Amino acid sequence: MSSGSYLELFSSTDWEHISKLIEKATRSDVERALLNSRGSDLSDFAALVSPVASEYYLNEMAKLSHDLTVQRFGSSIRLFAPMYLSNECNNICDYCGFSLGNKIKRKTLTDDEIIEEAKILKNEGFSHVLLVTGESSKNINCSYFSKALRILRPYFSNLSMEVQPLEAVEYKKLIKDGLHGIFVYQETYNTESYAKHHLKGRKKNFNWRLETPERLGSVGINKIGLGCLYGLTKDWRTDAYFAAQHLGFLEKKFWRTSFSMSFPRLRPCMGESKSIFPLLDRDLVQLICAFRIFSHELEISISTRESPSLRENLLPLGVTTMSAGSKTNPGGYGSSESSQSLEQFEVSDDRSPTEIEKLLRSKGYDPVWKDWDSSYDKFSMNYNLTELDTAGVS
Amino acid sequence: MKLSSLEIAGENFESRLFLGTGKFSSSESLAQVIDASESQMVTVAMKRADPVSGKDSILKVLTTRDIKILPNTSGVRNADEAIFVAKIAREALGTNWLKLEIHPDPKYLMPDPVETLIATEQLVKDGFVVLPYCHADPVLCKRLEDVGSHAVMPLGSPIGSNQGLQSKEFLKIIIEQANVPVIVDAGIGCPSQANEAMEMGAAAVLVNTALASSRNPEMMAEAFKNGVVSGRMAYMAGLGSVSHTAQATSPLTKFLD
Repeated sequence: MSSGSYLELFSSTDWEHISKLIEKATRSDVERALLNSRGSDLSDFAALVSPVASEYYLNEMAKLSHDLTVQRFGSSIRLFAPMYLSNECNNICDYCGFSLGNKIKRKTLTDDEIIEEAKILKNEGFSHVLLVTGESSKNINCSYFSKALRILRPYFSNLSMEVQPLEAVEYKKLIKDGLHGIFVYQETYNTESYAKHHLKGRKKNFNWRLETPERLGSVGINKIGLGCLYGLTKDWRTDAYFAAQHLGFLEKKFWRTSFSMSFPRLRPCMGESKSIFPLLDRDLVQLICAFRIFSHELEISISTRESPSLRENLLPLGVTTMSAGSKTNPGGYGSSESSQSLEQFEVSDDRSPTEIEKLLRSKGYDPVWKDWDSSYDKFSMNYNLTELDTAGVS
Repeated sequence: MKLSSLEIAGENFESRLFLGTGKFSSSESLAQVIDASESQMVTVAMKRADPVSGKDSILKVLTTRDIKILPNTSGVRNADEAIFVAKIAREALGTNWLKLEIHPDPKYLMPDPVETLIATEQLVKDGFVVLPYCHADPVLCKRLEDVGSHAVMPLGSPIGSNQGLQSKEFLKIIIEQANVPVIVDAGIGCPSQANEAMEMGAAAVLVNTALASSRNPEMMAEAFKNGVVSGRMAYMAGLGSVSHTAQATSPLTKFLD
């Protein structure tokens, strides 16, 4: 493994070449990939996301993906909830409801409002919460995140964030405040498509975003979430290949870090984009299976953007994590006036956490509300042990 | 025939089959497995345990049975985190017993020998009964014993892999040299492998994925119970030695008689 950066590897990989490689994959390439199911092999991944794999081997891929998932994760599905803290944003992205150009009411939760949302989610049973904001660095910055984490720490055992890319030193501080993981989707690895959809703001800087996972890895974050926003780029197969290449690079370089992959598809919102390339359900299934075969321990989550029936059908194919009862607007869980502010995207599966829990049980899954303890981050939520402060070795 | 019980830190266990609690489809399935296996030692990850809310269905299964709950630190990445989690576990679950697990690599969950040794030494000093999960490394096992671990738990193969005793030759050395119980942990995928570990002289085995991923976990638990018992009996009875050639009926040294 070279000690170089992913940007170097990315820059030396030709999009057209990979696209042709995937397009030209043969049935025997796919069969070889299915037999060599150890994972971490990019040429196997190229075969598994190819058109020929979709046409002839989708069921075999689904079976292998299912078996690998059961072997690793058993019959359990982890549950989490997103908490939107702010929809303020200084970027113009033509697919997003929070885009600066959209004339919507902007809202950033105050400390009291954060607590109000926390109490509701805690009461519903959640221990794992993902904090989400737009990208408005003037007000919604490291000190805002730091405060939010410290407010929320007593309520939840596991806190992750999906916010604008930050500096390594800022991540280091947030980890001390109780941050477990960061989700930072590249949206697309196609630089032309990226430039077309990200019109203004710091998000225009493709490389700054691409280098974010390495800044996170360098300060020892527990989990990094990656993904493309499917629908932005016509050649989704090649986009997925680069996401797999990025994942493989990071897994080797930051071997103590866990990784998560998400598969958001563009859904209706107040964005302005006219040029969307819809990803079919069949394509989504192929992606999930290909990523599971590539990385057996990868966390794969499926969002409430997807319909109830599709989410249920995807469950046995490699999914490990689900959100439930999600609201995608700041203050959405509370009943205050702020809940009128606009959503980032439209939720398709609006079943309550209790309904999702019942559904999982009925399908033979163990719904896992808690799979992390704050003590792992050296926080003691429930035990006042003064000697713990001096525990440990150095 | 009654077999001798296993003693660890002054406590006796009739069953030499220890269980993990992950990956089961429901707490009911876990309960059936525990009952069918007759296990008396069951480990639970602190990251999953939720003793405060009272809603933790796994803990309910464990606390309503006559078994030893063995908290584990699965998920920590270094000695520092492990020691903190151990102290919380001691308060939360009311036991100073600990299965020390430090495997910072999420891909193969390989135990970190350096951090495990550091944490074992510190935790023993802090009054814990420490059962460290480690690689099948004979020197490391002696070092763990030297700093006061109450057993060692070397792996058969990677956690959850069901690959069996890939480390067999090293396990034999560890068992031969150990002054503490050797509990083969991780990778045991079927009762014959548990049986083999016991025949080799392991004090106990710990099983999880092989049960949770079976079509009938309850029946598989009983099969493991029997495999462990028969392996222990064979070890106690003494296996005949294995030869790669036939033994001459007229020994070459007969002329000395």
